[in-house]
Amino acid sequence: MTDRVPAGTGRLGDRIFGGTAKGAGLLVIAIVTLIAGFLVSQALPALAKDKANFLTSTQWNVDGTPLQFGIANLLWVTVLSSVIAMLIAVPFGVGVALFITQYAPAWLSRTAATLVDLLAAVPSIVYGLWGLQVFGPHMSGIQDFLVTYLGWFPLFSRSGIGAASTILTVGVVLSIMVLPIITALSREVFAQTPVANKDAALALGATRWEMIRTAVLPFGKPGVISASMLGLGRALGETVAVMIILSALADGTAWSWSVFHGGETFASKIANNAAEFDSPQKAGAFLAAGLVLFLLTFVVNSIARIVINRSKAFSE
Amino acid sequence: MAKRIDVKNLNAYYGTFRAVEDVTMTIEPRSVTALIGPSGCGKSTFIRTLNRMHEVIPGARVEGSVHLDDADIYAANVDPVGVRRTVGMVFQRPNPFPTMSIADNVVAGLRLNGLKNKTVLAEAVEASLRAANLWNEVKDRLNKPGAGLSGGQQQRLCIARAIAVEPQVLLMDEPCSALDPISTLAIEDLITELKSRYTIVIVTHNMQQAARVSDRTGFFNLVETGQPGRLIEMDDTHKIFSNPSIRATEDYISGRFG
Repeated sequence: MTDRVPAGTGRLGDRIFGGTAKGAGLLVIAIVTLIAGFLVSQALPALAKDKANFLTSTQWNVDGTPLQFGIANLLWVTVLSSVIAMLIAVPFGVGVALFITQYAPAWLSRTAATLVDLLAAVPSIVYGLWGLQVFGPHMSGIQDFLVTYLGWFPLFSRSGIGAASTILTVGVVLSIMVLPIITALSREVFAQTPVANKDAALALGATRWEMIRTAVLPFGKPGVISASMLGLGRALGETVAVMIILSALADGTAWSWSVFHGGETFASKIANNAAEFDSPQKAGAFLAAGLVLFLLTFVVNSIARIVINRSKAFSE
Repeated sequence: MAKRIDVKNLNAYYGTFRAVEDVTMTIEPRSVTALIGPSGCGKSTFIRTLNRMHEVIPGARVEGSVHLDDADIYAANVDPVGVRRTVGMVFQRPNPFPTMSIADNVVAGLRLNGLKNKTVLAEAVEASLRAANLWNEVKDRLNKPGAGLSGGQQQRLCIARAIAVEPQVLLMDEPCSALDPISTLAIEDLITELKSRYTIVIVTHNMQQAARVSDRTGFFNLVETGQPGRLIEMDDTHKIFSNPSIRATEDYISGRFG
Protein backbone atom coordinates (compact mmCIF):
# COMPACT_ATOMS: atom_id res chain seq x y z
CA MET A 1 0.00 0.00 0.00
CA THR A 2 1.15 3.54 -0.69
CA ASP A 3 0.66 6.43 1.66
CA ARG A 4 -0.98 9.34 -0.02
CA VAL A 5 -1.28 12.81 1.36
CA PRO A 6 -4.99 13.56 1.69
CA ALA A 7 -6.11 16.47 -0.40
CA GLY A 8 -7.22 18.63 2.51
CA THR A 9 -8.93 21.72 1.24
CA GLY A 10 -9.57 23.01 4.73
CA ARG A 11 -13.18 23.73 3.90
CA LEU A 12 -15.76 23.43 6.63
CA GLY A 13 -17.55 20.40 5.14
CA ASP A 14 -14.25 18.55 4.78
CA ARG A 15 -13.27 19.28 8.34
CA ILE A 16 -16.64 18.23 9.76
CA PHE A 17 -16.69 15.00 7.81
CA GLY A 18 -13.04 14.22 8.51
CA GLY A 19 -13.53 14.90 12.20
CA THR A 20 -16.65 12.73 12.41
CA ALA A 21 -14.98 9.84 10.62
CA LYS A 22 -11.91 10.09 12.83
CA GLY A 23 -14.10 10.32 15.93
CA ALA A 24 -16.09 7.22 14.96
CA GLY A 25 -12.88 5.27 14.32
CA LEU A 26 -11.33 6.31 17.62
CA LEU A 27 -14.56 5.55 19.49
CA VAL A 28 -14.56 1.93 18.28
CA ILE A 29 -10.96 1.48 19.35
CA ALA A 30 -11.74 3.09 22.70
CA ILE A 31 -14.73 0.80 23.30
CA VAL A 32 -12.75 -2.36 22.56
CA THR A 33 -9.89 -1.17 24.76
CA LEU A 34 -12.25 -0.31 27.61
CA ILE A 35 -13.98 -3.70 27.44
CA ALA A 36 -10.63 -5.47 27.49
CA GLY A 37 -9.52 -3.26 30.37
CA PHE A 38 -12.70 -3.96 32.31
CA LEU A 39 -12.37 -7.72 31.84
CA VAL A 40 -8.70 -7.73 32.85
CA SER A 41 -9.18 -5.51 35.87
CA GLN A 42 -12.10 -7.55 37.17
CA ALA A 43 -10.53 -10.92 36.43
CA LEU A 44 -7.04 -10.33 37.81
CA PRO A 45 -7.89 -10.29 41.57
CA ALA A 46 -9.85 -13.53 41.24
CA LEU A 47 -7.13 -15.12 39.14
CA ALA A 48 -4.55 -14.17 41.78
CA LYS A 49 -6.50 -16.12 44.40
CA ASP A 50 -7.17 -19.09 42.13
CA LYS A 51 -5.62 -22.18 43.72
CA ALA A 52 -6.23 -24.37 40.67
CA ASN A 53 -4.53 -24.06 37.29
CA PHE A 54 -6.75 -21.63 35.41
CA LEU A 55 -6.00 -23.10 31.97
CA THR A 56 -5.92 -26.82 32.66
CA SER A 57 -8.23 -27.38 35.60
CA THR A 58 -11.73 -28.69 35.04
CA GLN A 59 -12.92 -27.62 38.47
CA TRP A 60 -15.25 -24.70 39.02
CA ASN A 61 -15.49 -23.90 42.69
CA VAL A 62 -16.03 -20.21 43.26
CA ASP A 63 -18.28 -20.32 46.31
CA GLY A 64 -16.02 -21.35 49.12
CA THR A 65 -12.41 -20.80 49.95
CA PRO A 66 -9.98 -21.63 48.57
CA LEU A 67 -11.07 -20.43 45.19
CA GLN A 68 -10.51 -23.18 42.62
CA PHE A 69 -11.53 -22.73 39.03
CA GLY A 70 -10.23 -23.61 35.56
CA ILE A 71 -11.53 -23.26 32.07
CA ALA A 72 -10.44 -26.52 30.43
CA ASN A 73 -14.00 -27.85 30.20
CA LEU A 74 -15.50 -24.58 29.05
CA LEU A 75 -12.84 -24.10 26.40
CA TRP A 76 -13.29 -27.62 25.04
CA VAL A 77 -17.07 -27.44 24.89
CA THR A 78 -17.01 -23.96 23.34
CA VAL A 79 -14.47 -24.88 20.68
CA LEU A 80 -15.97 -28.29 19.94
CA SER A 81 -19.53 -27.03 19.48
CA SER A 82 -18.33 -24.16 17.28
CA VAL A 83 -16.11 -26.41 15.19
CA ILE A 84 -19.05 -28.75 14.59
CA ALA A 85 -21.16 -25.75 13.62
CA MET A 86 -18.54 -24.50 11.14
CA LEU A 87 -17.95 -27.96 9.64
CA ILE A 88 -21.62 -28.04 8.71
CA ALA A 89 -22.37 -24.36 8.04
CA VAL A 90 -19.40 -23.39 5.84
CA PRO A 91 -19.84 -25.97 3.05
CA PHE A 92 -23.61 -25.70 3.31
CA GLY A 93 -23.60 -21.89 3.30
CA VAL A 94 -21.15 -21.70 0.39
CA GLY A 95 -23.29 -24.21 -1.50
CA VAL A 96 -26.45 -22.20 -0.91
CA ALA A 97 -24.67 -18.99 -1.97
CA LEU A 98 -23.40 -20.64 -5.15
CA PHE A 99 -26.85 -21.95 -5.94
CA ILE A 100 -28.41 -18.53 -5.41
CA THR A 101 -25.84 -16.63 -7.47
CA GLN A 102 -24.81 -19.11 -10.17
CA TYR A 103 -27.50 -21.72 -10.71
CA ALA A 104 -30.95 -20.51 -9.70
CA PRO A 105 -33.15 -18.55 -12.11
CA ALA A 106 -33.74 -14.94 -11.04
CA TRP A 107 -37.13 -15.45 -9.36
CA LEU A 108 -35.95 -18.44 -7.31
CA SER A 109 -32.69 -16.79 -6.37
CA ARG A 110 -34.49 -13.79 -4.85
CA THR A 111 -36.91 -16.01 -2.93
CA ALA A 112 -34.20 -18.31 -1.65
CA ALA A 113 -32.03 -15.37 -0.58
CA THR A 114 -34.92 -13.83 1.37
CA LEU A 115 -35.73 -17.12 3.07
CA VAL A 116 -32.14 -17.70 4.14
CA ASP A 117 -31.96 -14.13 5.45
CA LEU A 118 -35.10 -14.84 7.47
CA LEU A 119 -33.18 -17.53 9.36
CA ALA A 120 -31.13 -14.69 10.85
CA ALA A 121 -34.29 -13.03 12.10
CA VAL A 122 -35.28 -15.98 14.28
CA PRO A 123 -34.41 -15.17 17.93
CA SER A 124 -31.84 -17.34 19.73
CA ILE A 125 -34.38 -18.36 22.32
CA VAL A 126 -36.55 -19.87 19.61
CA TYR A 127 -33.61 -21.82 18.24
CA GLY A 128 -32.89 -23.02 21.76
CA LEU A 129 -36.42 -24.24 22.41
CA TRP A 130 -36.73 -25.74 18.94
CA GLY A 131 -33.37 -27.47 19.32
CA LEU A 132 -34.26 -28.97 22.68
CA GLN A 133 -37.91 -29.90 22.05
CA VAL A 134 -38.23 -30.58 18.34
CA PHE A 135 -34.90 -31.16 16.69
CA GLY A 136 -32.77 -32.61 19.50
CA PRO A 137 -34.73 -35.83 20.05
CA HIS A 138 -34.16 -36.72 16.37
CA MET A 139 -30.44 -36.80 17.02
CA SER A 140 -30.76 -40.06 18.93
CA GLY A 141 -30.58 -42.13 15.73
CA ILE A 142 -27.27 -40.58 14.68
CA GLN A 143 -25.99 -40.80 18.23
CA ASP A 144 -26.82 -44.51 18.52
CA PHE A 145 -25.23 -45.22 15.17
CA LEU A 146 -21.99 -43.35 15.92
CA VAL A 147 -21.69 -44.69 19.44
CA THR A 148 -22.25 -48.26 18.26
CA TYR A 149 -19.83 -48.25 15.33
CA LEU A 150 -17.32 -45.52 16.22
CA GLY A 151 -17.65 -45.58 19.98
CA TRP A 152 -13.99 -46.64 20.33
CA PHE A 153 -13.01 -43.19 19.10
CA PRO A 154 -12.94 -40.72 22.04
CA LEU A 155 -15.00 -38.12 20.17
CA PHE A 156 -17.89 -40.58 19.83
CA SER A 157 -17.68 -42.40 23.11
CA ARG A 158 -20.87 -43.15 25.00
CA SER A 159 -22.09 -40.79 27.68
CA GLY A 160 -25.21 -40.66 29.78
CA ILE A 161 -26.63 -37.46 28.30
CA GLY A 162 -29.92 -37.47 26.40
CA ALA A 163 -29.53 -36.99 22.64
CA ALA A 164 -31.36 -33.65 22.72
CA SER A 165 -28.88 -32.04 25.08
CA THR A 166 -25.46 -32.99 23.74
CA ILE A 167 -22.64 -30.89 22.36
CA LEU A 168 -23.37 -32.35 18.92
CA THR A 169 -26.98 -31.14 19.01
CA VAL A 170 -25.76 -27.69 20.05
CA GLY A 171 -23.26 -27.70 17.20
CA VAL A 172 -25.94 -28.57 14.64
CA VAL A 173 -28.33 -25.90 15.95
CA LEU A 174 -25.48 -23.35 15.96
CA SER A 175 -24.73 -24.27 12.35
CA ILE A 176 -28.26 -23.29 11.39
CA MET A 177 -27.89 -20.04 13.30
CA VAL A 178 -24.67 -19.02 11.54
CA LEU A 179 -25.81 -20.25 8.13
CA PRO A 180 -27.51 -16.97 7.12
CA ILE A 181 -24.39 -14.96 8.03
CA ILE A 182 -22.13 -17.15 5.90
CA THR A 183 -24.63 -17.39 3.06
CA ALA A 184 -25.40 -13.67 2.89
CA LEU A 185 -21.76 -12.55 2.77
CA SER A 186 -20.63 -15.33 0.41
CA ARG A 187 -23.54 -14.49 -1.86
CA GLU A 188 -22.42 -10.87 -2.04
CA VAL A 189 -18.86 -11.72 -3.06
CA PHE A 190 -19.83 -14.48 -5.50
CA ALA A 191 -22.26 -12.10 -7.22
CA GLN A 192 -19.40 -9.63 -7.70
CA THR A 193 -17.19 -12.05 -9.62
CA PRO A 194 -16.12 -10.04 -12.69
CA VAL A 195 -17.92 -11.17 -15.83
CA ALA A 196 -14.52 -11.04 -17.56
CA ASN A 197 -13.22 -13.83 -15.32
CA LYS A 198 -16.29 -15.97 -15.82
CA ASP A 199 -16.15 -15.42 -19.59
CA ALA A 200 -12.47 -16.34 -19.59
CA ALA A 201 -13.22 -19.69 -17.99
CA LEU A 202 -16.25 -20.42 -20.15
CA ALA A 203 -14.39 -19.53 -23.34
CA LEU A 204 -11.72 -22.08 -22.41
CA GLY A 205 -14.43 -24.72 -22.43
CA ALA A 206 -15.22 -24.84 -18.72
CA THR A 207 -18.47 -26.43 -17.61
CA ARG A 208 -20.51 -24.42 -15.14
CA TRP A 209 -18.91 -26.15 -12.16
CA GLU A 210 -15.43 -25.74 -13.66
CA MET A 211 -16.16 -22.07 -14.24
CA ILE A 212 -17.16 -21.73 -10.60
CA ARG A 213 -13.98 -23.49 -9.51
CA THR A 214 -11.63 -21.43 -11.69
CA ALA A 215 -13.32 -18.02 -11.51
CA VAL A 216 -15.96 -17.67 -8.79
CA LEU A 217 -14.46 -19.54 -5.83
CA PRO A 218 -10.93 -18.07 -6.05
CA PHE A 219 -12.41 -14.59 -6.38
CA GLY A 220 -14.75 -15.15 -3.43
CA LYS A 221 -12.28 -16.91 -1.13
CA PRO A 222 -11.36 -13.91 1.04
CA GLY A 223 -15.04 -13.09 1.39
CA VAL A 224 -15.92 -16.64 2.37
CA ILE A 225 -13.17 -16.60 5.00
CA SER A 226 -14.45 -13.31 6.43
CA ALA A 227 -17.98 -14.67 6.41
CA SER A 228 -16.89 -17.85 8.19
CA MET A 229 -15.05 -15.88 10.85
CA LEU A 230 -18.09 -13.69 11.51
CA GLY A 231 -20.14 -16.88 11.76
CA LEU A 232 -17.57 -18.46 14.06
CA GLY A 233 -17.64 -15.38 16.27
CA ARG A 234 -21.38 -15.76 16.55
CA ALA A 235 -21.11 -19.49 17.31
CA LEU A 236 -18.41 -19.00 19.96
CA GLY A 237 -20.42 -16.34 21.74
CA GLU A 238 -23.94 -17.73 21.37
CA THR A 239 -25.51 -17.90 24.80
CA VAL A 240 -29.22 -18.50 25.14
CA ALA A 241 -29.65 -21.34 22.66
CA VAL A 242 -26.64 -23.18 24.10
CA MET A 243 -27.84 -22.61 27.64
CA ILE A 244 -31.24 -24.12 26.88
CA ILE A 245 -30.07 -27.10 24.89
CA LEU A 246 -26.84 -28.18 26.52
CA SER A 247 -27.09 -30.28 29.64
CA ALA A 248 -24.86 -28.73 32.33
CA LEU A 249 -22.76 -31.17 34.28
CA ALA A 250 -22.35 -31.44 38.03
CA ASP A 251 -18.99 -30.25 39.28
CA GLY A 252 -16.48 -33.07 39.36
CA THR A 253 -17.99 -35.05 36.46
CA ALA A 254 -15.26 -37.10 34.76
CA TRP A 255 -13.61 -35.54 31.72
CA SER A 256 -14.85 -36.73 28.33
CA TRP A 257 -13.83 -35.82 24.79
CA SER A 258 -17.16 -37.01 23.45
CA VAL A 259 -19.49 -34.91 21.31
CA PHE A 260 -22.31 -36.74 23.09
CA HIS A 261 -21.31 -35.27 26.43
CA GLY A 262 -22.90 -32.25 28.08
CA GLY A 263 -21.17 -29.28 29.66
CA GLU A 264 -21.14 -25.55 29.35
CA THR A 265 -19.57 -23.03 26.99
CA PHE A 266 -17.98 -19.82 28.25
CA ALA A 267 -21.09 -17.87 27.40
CA SER A 268 -23.63 -20.34 28.77
CA LYS A 269 -21.57 -20.80 31.96
CA ILE A 270 -21.62 -17.08 32.61
CA ALA A 271 -25.31 -16.78 31.76
CA ASN A 272 -26.29 -19.79 33.88
CA ASN A 273 -24.63 -18.18 36.88
CA ALA A 274 -25.41 -14.54 36.29
CA ALA A 275 -27.60 -14.52 39.37
CA GLU A 276 -24.62 -15.38 41.56
CA PHE A 277 -22.36 -12.45 40.84
CA ASP A 278 -22.73 -11.38 44.45
CA SER A 279 -19.09 -11.00 45.39
CA PRO A 280 -16.29 -9.36 43.39
CA GLN A 281 -14.20 -12.50 43.45
CA LYS A 282 -17.01 -14.71 42.15
CA ALA A 283 -17.84 -12.22 39.44
CA GLY A 284 -14.13 -11.99 38.73
CA ALA A 285 -13.87 -15.72 38.15
CA PHE A 286 -16.65 -15.62 35.59
CA LEU A 287 -15.24 -12.52 33.97
CA ALA A 288 -11.90 -14.32 33.67
CA ALA A 289 -13.75 -16.93 31.62
CA GLY A 290 -15.29 -14.11 29.61
CA LEU A 291 -11.82 -12.69 29.02
CA VAL A 292 -10.69 -15.99 27.51
CA LEU A 293 -13.70 -15.97 25.18
CA PHE A 294 -12.82 -12.41 24.18
CA LEU A 295 -9.22 -13.42 23.44
CA LEU A 296 -10.32 -16.55 21.57
CA THR A 297 -12.55 -14.53 19.26
CA PHE A 298 -9.79 -11.97 18.83
CA VAL A 299 -7.24 -14.62 17.86
CA VAL A 300 -9.65 -16.25 15.42
CA ASN A 301 -10.32 -12.91 13.73
CA SER A 302 -6.62 -12.07 13.55
CA ILE A 303 -5.84 -15.37 11.88
CA ALA A 304 -8.62 -14.75 9.38
CA ARG A 305 -7.24 -11.28 8.67
CA ILE A 306 -3.79 -12.76 7.95
CA VAL A 307 -5.21 -15.41 5.63
CA ILE A 308 -7.27 -12.83 3.75
CA ASN A 309 -4.33 -10.46 3.34
CA ARG A 310 -2.23 -13.28 1.98
CA SER A 311 -4.71 -14.25 -0.70
CA LYS A 312 -5.29 -10.58 -1.49
CA ALA A 313 -1.59 -9.99 -2.05
CA PHE A 314 -1.80 -12.53 -4.84
CA SER A 315 -4.79 -11.03 -6.56
CA GLU A 316 -3.55 -7.45 -6.82
CA MET B 1 -5.98 -28.32 -37.72
CA ALA B 2 -7.29 -24.87 -38.65
CA LYS B 3 -10.88 -25.13 -39.84
CA ARG B 4 -13.13 -23.36 -42.28
CA ILE B 5 -16.09 -21.51 -40.76
CA ASP B 6 -19.36 -21.47 -42.68
CA VAL B 7 -22.09 -19.20 -41.35
CA LYS B 8 -25.55 -19.43 -42.89
CA ASN B 9 -28.52 -17.14 -42.22
CA LEU B 10 -27.45 -16.41 -38.68
CA ASN B 11 -29.68 -14.32 -36.43
CA ALA B 12 -28.71 -13.48 -32.85
CA TYR B 13 -31.19 -12.31 -30.23
CA TYR B 14 -31.15 -10.84 -26.73
CA GLY B 15 -34.60 -11.81 -25.53
CA THR B 16 -36.89 -10.45 -28.20
CA PHE B 17 -34.37 -7.94 -29.55
CA ARG B 18 -32.64 -9.07 -32.72
CA ALA B 19 -29.04 -7.81 -32.56
CA VAL B 20 -27.69 -9.52 -35.68
CA GLU B 21 -29.78 -10.21 -38.76
CA ASP B 22 -29.26 -12.82 -41.41
CA VAL B 23 -25.48 -13.06 -41.65
CA THR B 24 -23.99 -15.47 -44.15
CA MET B 25 -20.23 -15.69 -44.57
CA THR B 26 -17.41 -18.11 -45.20
CA ILE B 27 -14.09 -17.83 -43.41
CA GLU B 28 -11.14 -19.71 -44.89
CA PRO B 29 -8.73 -21.68 -42.71
CA ARG B 30 -5.34 -20.07 -41.92
CA SER B 31 -6.56 -16.59 -42.72
CA VAL B 32 -7.26 -13.48 -40.71
CA THR B 33 -10.73 -12.04 -41.06
CA ALA B 34 -11.42 -8.61 -39.63
CA LEU B 35 -14.92 -7.48 -38.71
CA ILE B 36 -15.37 -3.71 -38.66
CA GLY B 37 -18.31 -1.40 -38.20
CA PRO B 38 -19.72 1.31 -35.93
CA SER B 39 -20.59 0.67 -32.27
CA GLY B 40 -23.72 -1.38 -31.72
CA CYS B 41 -23.61 -2.93 -35.18
CA GLY B 42 -23.54 -6.45 -33.75
CA LYS B 43 -19.99 -7.45 -34.65
CA SER B 44 -19.11 -8.40 -31.06
CA THR B 45 -22.39 -10.27 -30.70
CA PHE B 46 -21.68 -12.05 -33.98
CA ILE B 47 -18.18 -13.16 -33.01
CA ARG B 48 -19.55 -14.57 -29.76
CA THR B 49 -21.95 -16.76 -31.72
CA LEU B 50 -18.97 -18.49 -33.35
CA ASN B 51 -18.00 -20.25 -30.10
CA ARG B 52 -21.44 -20.29 -28.52
CA MET B 53 -20.50 -17.66 -25.94
CA HIS B 54 -23.49 -15.57 -26.96
CA GLU B 55 -25.93 -17.89 -25.24
CA VAL B 56 -24.13 -17.48 -21.87
CA ILE B 57 -26.08 -14.25 -21.40
CA PRO B 58 -29.54 -14.98 -19.97
CA GLY B 59 -32.22 -14.75 -22.63
CA ALA B 60 -29.75 -14.75 -25.53
CA ARG B 61 -30.26 -17.19 -28.40
CA VAL B 62 -29.20 -17.87 -31.96
CA GLU B 63 -30.97 -18.97 -35.14
CA GLY B 64 -29.25 -20.26 -38.25
CA SER B 65 -26.19 -22.42 -38.56
CA VAL B 66 -22.44 -22.24 -38.05
CA HIS B 67 -20.34 -25.05 -39.49
CA LEU B 68 -16.75 -25.79 -38.55
CA ASP B 69 -15.67 -27.73 -41.65
CA ASP B 70 -18.62 -30.10 -41.81
CA ALA B 71 -19.84 -30.04 -38.22
CA ASP B 72 -22.73 -27.76 -37.24
CA ILE B 73 -21.82 -26.30 -33.84
CA TYR B 74 -25.50 -25.52 -33.21
CA ALA B 75 -26.69 -29.06 -33.88
CA ALA B 76 -28.92 -30.42 -31.13
CA ASN B 77 -26.43 -33.00 -29.86
CA VAL B 78 -23.47 -30.61 -29.65
CA ASP B 79 -22.21 -29.58 -26.21
CA PRO B 80 -21.29 -25.87 -26.17
CA VAL B 81 -18.47 -26.70 -23.75
CA GLY B 82 -16.90 -28.87 -26.45
CA VAL B 83 -17.28 -26.11 -29.05
CA ARG B 84 -15.46 -23.63 -26.80
CA ARG B 85 -12.59 -26.07 -26.39
CA THR B 86 -12.00 -26.01 -30.16
CA VAL B 87 -12.76 -22.33 -30.73
CA GLY B 88 -10.60 -20.14 -28.51
CA MET B 89 -11.41 -16.56 -27.61
CA VAL B 90 -9.52 -13.45 -26.54
CA PHE B 91 -11.53 -10.62 -25.04
CA GLN B 92 -11.53 -6.85 -25.19
CA ARG B 93 -10.03 -6.38 -21.75
CA PRO B 94 -7.18 -8.67 -20.72
CA ASN B 95 -8.71 -11.13 -18.26
CA PRO B 96 -6.08 -13.38 -16.74
CA PHE B 97 -7.36 -15.30 -13.70
CA PRO B 98 -6.36 -12.95 -10.86
CA THR B 99 -5.53 -15.62 -8.30
CA MET B 100 -3.41 -17.74 -10.64
CA SER B 101 0.27 -17.47 -11.47
CA ILE B 102 1.42 -16.78 -15.03
CA ALA B 103 2.13 -20.45 -15.62
CA ASP B 104 -1.18 -21.58 -14.14
CA ASN B 105 -3.03 -19.10 -16.32
CA VAL B 106 -1.44 -20.49 -19.46
CA VAL B 107 -2.39 -24.08 -18.69
CA ALA B 108 -5.79 -23.34 -17.13
CA GLY B 109 -7.53 -24.72 -20.22
CA LEU B 110 -5.33 -27.83 -20.34
CA ARG B 111 -6.07 -28.47 -16.67
CA LEU B 112 -9.80 -28.23 -17.46
CA ASN B 113 -9.20 -30.91 -20.07
CA GLY B 114 -7.83 -33.11 -17.31
CA LEU B 115 -4.14 -32.86 -18.14
CA LYS B 116 -2.08 -33.41 -14.98
CA ASN B 117 1.40 -34.46 -16.15
CA LYS B 118 3.77 -31.79 -14.81
CA THR B 119 6.35 -32.17 -17.58
CA VAL B 120 3.73 -31.86 -20.31
CA LEU B 121 2.21 -28.83 -18.60
CA ALA B 122 5.61 -27.16 -18.21
CA GLU B 123 6.33 -27.75 -21.90
CA ALA B 124 2.94 -26.30 -22.82
CA VAL B 125 3.67 -23.22 -20.71
CA GLU B 126 6.91 -22.56 -22.58
CA ALA B 127 5.54 -23.39 -26.03
CA SER B 128 2.43 -21.24 -25.61
CA LEU B 129 4.29 -18.29 -24.11
CA ARG B 130 6.86 -18.48 -26.91
CA ALA B 131 4.06 -18.57 -29.47
CA ALA B 132 2.53 -15.52 -27.81
CA ASN B 133 5.90 -13.68 -27.85
CA LEU B 134 5.84 -13.40 -24.10
CA TRP B 135 8.32 -16.07 -22.99
CA ASN B 136 11.39 -13.85 -22.78
CA GLU B 137 9.59 -11.27 -20.70
CA VAL B 138 8.15 -13.63 -18.11
CA LYS B 139 10.33 -16.75 -18.04
CA ASP B 140 11.93 -15.69 -14.75
CA ARG B 141 8.65 -15.08 -12.96
CA LEU B 142 6.33 -17.84 -14.10
CA ASN B 143 5.07 -18.33 -10.56
CA LYS B 144 4.19 -14.68 -10.02
CA PRO B 145 0.56 -13.55 -10.42
CA GLY B 146 -0.54 -12.91 -13.99
CA ALA B 147 -2.33 -9.77 -12.87
CA GLY B 148 1.04 -8.14 -12.12
CA LEU B 149 1.92 -7.84 -15.81
CA SER B 150 1.33 -4.77 -17.95
CA GLY B 151 -1.88 -4.57 -19.99
CA GLY B 152 -0.18 -5.62 -23.21
CA GLN B 153 1.61 -8.49 -21.49
CA GLN B 154 -1.66 -9.60 -19.88
CA GLN B 155 -3.34 -9.66 -23.27
CA ARG B 156 -0.52 -11.77 -24.72
CA LEU B 157 -0.86 -14.01 -21.67
CA CYS B 158 -4.54 -14.41 -22.52
CA ILE B 159 -3.59 -15.28 -26.10
CA ALA B 160 -1.10 -17.84 -24.76
CA ARG B 161 -3.87 -19.27 -22.58
CA ALA B 162 -6.22 -19.47 -25.58
CA ILE B 163 -3.71 -21.20 -27.85
CA ALA B 164 -2.39 -23.57 -25.16
CA VAL B 165 -5.38 -25.82 -25.77
CA GLU B 166 -4.55 -25.85 -29.51
CA PRO B 167 -7.88 -24.57 -30.77
CA GLN B 168 -8.87 -24.74 -34.43
CA VAL B 169 -10.14 -21.21 -34.52
CA LEU B 170 -9.08 -18.13 -32.57
CA LEU B 171 -11.62 -15.37 -32.02
CA MET B 172 -10.43 -11.94 -30.89
CA ASP B 173 -12.95 -9.35 -29.74
CA GLU B 174 -11.20 -5.97 -29.97
CA PRO B 175 -8.04 -7.41 -28.43
CA CYS B 176 -6.11 -4.13 -28.60
CA SER B 177 -8.73 -1.59 -27.58
CA ALA B 178 -7.39 -1.37 -24.02
CA LEU B 179 -3.72 -1.28 -25.08
CA ASP B 180 -1.15 1.37 -25.95
CA PRO B 181 0.30 1.57 -29.51
CA ILE B 182 3.47 -0.41 -28.72
CA SER B 183 1.53 -3.28 -27.15
CA THR B 184 -0.93 -3.11 -30.04
CA LEU B 185 1.92 -3.56 -32.50
CA ALA B 186 3.17 -6.58 -30.54
CA ILE B 187 -0.28 -8.18 -30.71
CA GLU B 188 -0.62 -7.44 -34.43
CA ASP B 189 2.76 -9.05 -35.16
CA LEU B 190 1.60 -12.02 -33.15
CA ILE B 191 -1.65 -12.30 -35.12
CA THR B 192 0.34 -12.41 -38.35
CA GLU B 193 2.51 -15.21 -36.95
CA LEU B 194 -0.44 -17.20 -35.61
CA LYS B 195 -2.17 -17.08 -38.98
CA SER B 196 -0.07 -19.98 -40.25
CA ARG B 197 -1.65 -22.27 -37.66
CA TYR B 198 -5.12 -20.95 -36.87
CA THR B 199 -8.20 -19.51 -38.44
CA ILE B 200 -8.40 -16.07 -36.89
CA VAL B 201 -11.40 -13.76 -36.65
CA ILE B 202 -10.82 -10.35 -35.14
CA VAL B 203 -13.30 -7.62 -34.28
CA THR B 204 -11.74 -4.18 -34.32
CA HIS B 205 -12.69 -0.53 -34.17
CA ASN B 206 -9.35 0.40 -35.63
CA MET B 207 -9.53 0.42 -39.43
CA GLN B 208 -5.76 0.72 -39.86
CA GLN B 209 -5.47 -2.39 -37.78
CA ALA B 210 -7.94 -4.24 -39.97
CA ALA B 211 -6.02 -3.12 -43.02
CA ARG B 212 -2.68 -4.19 -41.50
CA VAL B 213 -3.49 -7.64 -40.19
CA SER B 214 -6.39 -9.10 -42.14
CA ASP B 215 -6.80 -10.94 -45.43
CA ARG B 216 -10.55 -10.47 -45.59
CA THR B 217 -12.71 -7.78 -44.05
CA GLY B 218 -16.39 -7.81 -43.24
CA PHE B 219 -18.24 -4.54 -42.74
CA PHE B 220 -21.20 -4.57 -40.34
CA ASN B 221 -23.68 -1.75 -40.14
CA LEU B 222 -27.09 -0.92 -38.78
CA VAL B 223 -29.76 1.34 -40.17
CA GLU B 224 -30.33 3.09 -36.86
CA THR B 225 -30.11 2.37 -33.13
CA GLY B 226 -32.60 -0.30 -32.11
CA GLN B 227 -32.38 -1.97 -35.51
CA PRO B 228 -30.43 -5.20 -35.96
CA GLY B 229 -26.88 -5.14 -37.34
CA ARG B 230 -26.24 -6.69 -40.76
CA LEU B 231 -23.22 -7.76 -42.73
CA ILE B 232 -23.11 -5.14 -45.46
CA GLU B 233 -20.11 -6.24 -47.43
CA MET B 234 -17.33 -8.77 -47.19
CA ASP B 235 -14.35 -8.94 -49.47
CA ASP B 236 -10.57 -9.07 -49.67
CA THR B 237 -9.16 -6.47 -47.31
CA HIS B 238 -7.31 -4.49 -50.02
CA LYS B 239 -10.50 -4.35 -52.05
CA ILE B 240 -12.60 -3.14 -49.11
CA PHE B 241 -10.09 -0.42 -48.31
CA SER B 242 -9.39 0.66 -51.91
CA ASN B 243 -12.51 0.05 -53.88
CA PRO B 244 -15.52 -1.16 -51.87
CA SER B 245 -18.64 -2.09 -53.82
CA ILE B 246 -21.10 -0.49 -51.44
CA ARG B 247 -21.41 3.18 -50.66
CA ALA B 248 -21.91 2.75 -46.88
CA THR B 249 -18.64 0.84 -46.63
CA GLU B 250 -16.78 3.59 -48.42
CA ASP B 251 -18.37 6.23 -46.20
CA TYR B 252 -17.35 4.31 -43.09
CA ILE B 253 -13.75 3.56 -44.02
CA SER B 254 -13.18 7.08 -45.29
CA GLY B 255 -14.39 8.40 -41.93
CA ARG B 256 -17.61 10.00 -43.07
CA PHE B 257 -19.49 8.34 -40.21
CA GLY B 258 -19.02 5.86 -37.37
